[in-house]
Amino acid sequence: MSKTQSPRGLTRRELLSQTTALGASFVVGAGFIASGDAAWAMETTSLKPETFATLVQLARDIYPHDKVGDEYYVVAVKGYDTADAAPGIEAGIAALNAAAQGMGNASYLDTAWERDRVDILRGMENSAFFQQIRGGLVTGLYNQKAVWPIFGYEGSSFEFGGYIDRGFNDINWL
Amino acid sequence: MTAPFDLSDDSVVVVIGTGAGGGVLSNELAQKGVKVVALEAGGRHLPQDFINDEWDSFGQLAWLDPRTTSGDWRVSKDFSGLPAWIVKSVGGTTQHWAGASLRFQEHEWKAASSYGNVQGASLLDWPIDAAEMDPWYSKAEDKLHVTRTGGRPGLPGNNNFKVFEAGAKALGYKDVHTGRMAISSSDDTDRTMCQQTGFCFQGCKWGAKWSAGYHDIEQGEATGNLEVRPQSHVARILHNDEGKVTGVEYFDADGNLQMQKARVVCVAGNSFESPRLLLNSASSMFPDGLANSSGQVGRNYMRHMTGSVYAVFDKPVRFWRGTTMAGIITDEARHDPSRGFVGGYELETLALGLPFMAAFLDPGAWGREFTSALDEYENMAGMWIVGEDMPQETNRVTLNHEVKDQYGLPVVNVHFDDHPNDIAMRNHAYKQGAAVYDAVGATRTFPTPPYPSTHNLGTNRMSENARDGVVNKWGRTHDIPNLYISDGSVFTTGAAENPTLTIVALAIRQADHLASELSAGNL
Ligand SMILES: Cc1cc2nc3c(=O)[nH]c(=O)nc-3n(C[C@H](O)[C@H](O)[C@H](O)COP(=O)(O)OP(=O)(O)OC[C@H]3O[C@@H](n4cnc5c(N)ncnc54)[C@H](O)[C@@H]3O)c2cc1C
Ligand code: SF4
Repeated sequence: MSKTQSPRGLTRRELLSQTTALGASFVVGAGFIASGDAAWAMETTSLKPETFATLVQLARDIYPHDKVGDEYYVVAVKGYDTADAAPGIEAGIAALNAAAQGMGNASYLDTAWERDRVDILRGMENSAFFQQIRGGLVTGLYNQKAVWPIFGYEGSSFEFGGYIDRGFNDINWL
Repeated sequence: MTAPFDLSDDSVVVVIGTGAGGGVLSNELAQKGVKVVALEAGGRHLPQDFINDEWDSFGQLAWLDPRTTSGDWRVSKDFSGLPAWIVKSVGGTTQHWAGASLRFQEHEWKAASSYGNVQGASLLDWPIDAAEMDPWYSKAEDKLHVTRTGGRPGLPGNNNFKVFEAGAKALGYKDVHTGRMAISSSDDTDRTMCQQTGFCFQGCKWGAKWSAGYHDIEQGEATGNLEVRPQSHVARILHNDEGKVTGVEYFDADGNLQMQKARVVCVAGNSFESPRLLLNSASSMFPDGLANSSGQVGRNYMRHMTGSVYAVFDKPVRFWRGTTMAGIITDEARHDPSRGFVGGYELETLALGLPFMAAFLDPGAWGREFTSALDEYENMAGMWIVGEDMPQETNRVTLNHEVKDQYGLPVVNVHFDDHPNDIAMRNHAYKQGAAVYDAVGATRTFPTPPYPSTHNLGTNRMSENARDGVVNKWGRTHDIPNLYISDGSVFTTGAAENPTLTIVALAIRQADHLASELSAGNL
């Protein structure tokens, strides 16, 4: 469910020295991928690491929250890293890169400005691939309990006795 | 002490569905000594089983068997397989309703006379009126412990209400309060007082809110006259050569087909499943389905004119805390055609948790316009709009023979187009709702489209004349004397108010009628 830790023995310095830059993410050896600040890292099993890194960026561009770290977007799309899902995702990301190249960029991840990436997405927002990723994120991202506190949402309250003594009417600025 | 009845016992009344209509009817009949077998497609979920988590609760309680949609309503595009958000459980949709319990206004019982000819609308007067319903409403309010009726105090206002109230007053609205709610507001009764938990839509874990599932059903079972069979999906209603119904076929918990005999059958499966069952019961004697000589079964589907308005402020509201819907402005509920539409609407407070807000604020939207709204989740307030929609013959539940459910039965297709009156009313309400929040300093407002329907009405409507509808003033089908309809599908018109108090009042009244017909030997 949650992110995997960096494999034992690999220091952050080593990790960074061995990597290829991929937007905000880095590919380390076969199948292993980590964020630039090592906030998250995971080993892909079915998707190419570049594909996965692109998928994470795509997820953020669809539902961009500057206060939500990459690790939550990783969790939201991790489920696509399976033998069944991978071919469709590889094809979708290939189409995304082709669209980016059509706009003069090396790849989607190499498209530096969000507004340019959003332009690419506007051109494919009715595709089955885009809708699959967007639809999956609605629960994949916003139904992660770990994300809720970032938005202030407090979740289940019964076990704390509801809000009757915990501020159901504490508004003070009206 | 639950009563076990034999499958071949043809002296029982069979009730199909145990929600607002069927659950109440079952209990009321049992209290009067009538033997009842209640067949319910869903399982039993008691307060301790409810989950304070929106999607997990949805998985636990929602009706998820396949359905299809068509028409110009946005639900058909955004949630094509989920036309309604209703419950499959003992207690039906009262398990997770919000509890707003309002009487119809007098003129709403006579919509055709009150509004005159509205092009494209199949308006009709109810064959009953406010005076006749008054005592039944009082009984319903007492059963549900409705606040601000029968001397019961109102609920305290939560943060979302305080913003709503301040905005309403600043705008000059006069009638704003914490609502008439089927939620216990004091410790003086046997029901726990509302603890402001904020998960009313997920089932009340305190049992503070009324549900047929843990109030009426348990009371009925205690009499020894009621047997509830959960996980029993009725597939067909059977009849004899005289055209009287004789029993029902249903799939039991193990998927085996059973046959229960009956003296009377009462259908209360909500406004999609009730007409579906009548249509799926077609026979050589009734080729268009049972009780359908008028051709009205499945027609005039109503879902209320709805929508929501959310607003963002520059300071925290934390609107998810406390009762989900305890707040109402009734100033716009009047009939006043000078606003550009007939009928009226209510504004009611509403909060969603973050997961549902993401799914429903603007379905399908993406990018910063959308996410910057969710970034302000803590500073949001919200309200729901509920108004009278126009019945239309073409808004309709039909069988979709291309799609079958897990039992191999054709599912329903739900077709709905907004009437121009619905659109005019919704636009008015969006404007007024936004004005309420602007009056207290909202920095942004959102006219949010309707969710999958929570109020489903009208597909077996009540009429004076047999040619205009499916049931008479008692809910008895015009065509078959021992076949009754007992849920929201009997609504002739929808009125502006949330429907459940009326469904309950009609069920109590129907139980009274049935008991006297039975003892007079007329059934
Ligand atoms: C989130 C939400 C909030 C709501 N809030 C309010 C509110 O504040 N105020 C208000 O007035 N109303 C509210 N409602 C609406 C209210 O819940 C419904 O109007 C009411 O429950 C409808 O009653 P019913 O008897 O017609 O159907 P239901 O209560 O839906 O009961 C139908 C039952 O029949 C069963 N069934 C169906 N088909 C079969 C079959 N073939 N065999 C056996 N069983 C079957 C179903 O499983 C179900 O249990 C709300 C609804 C929702 C979804
Ligand atoms: S807010 Fe009140 S009524 Fe609603 S679930 Fe909580 S305790 Fe029950």
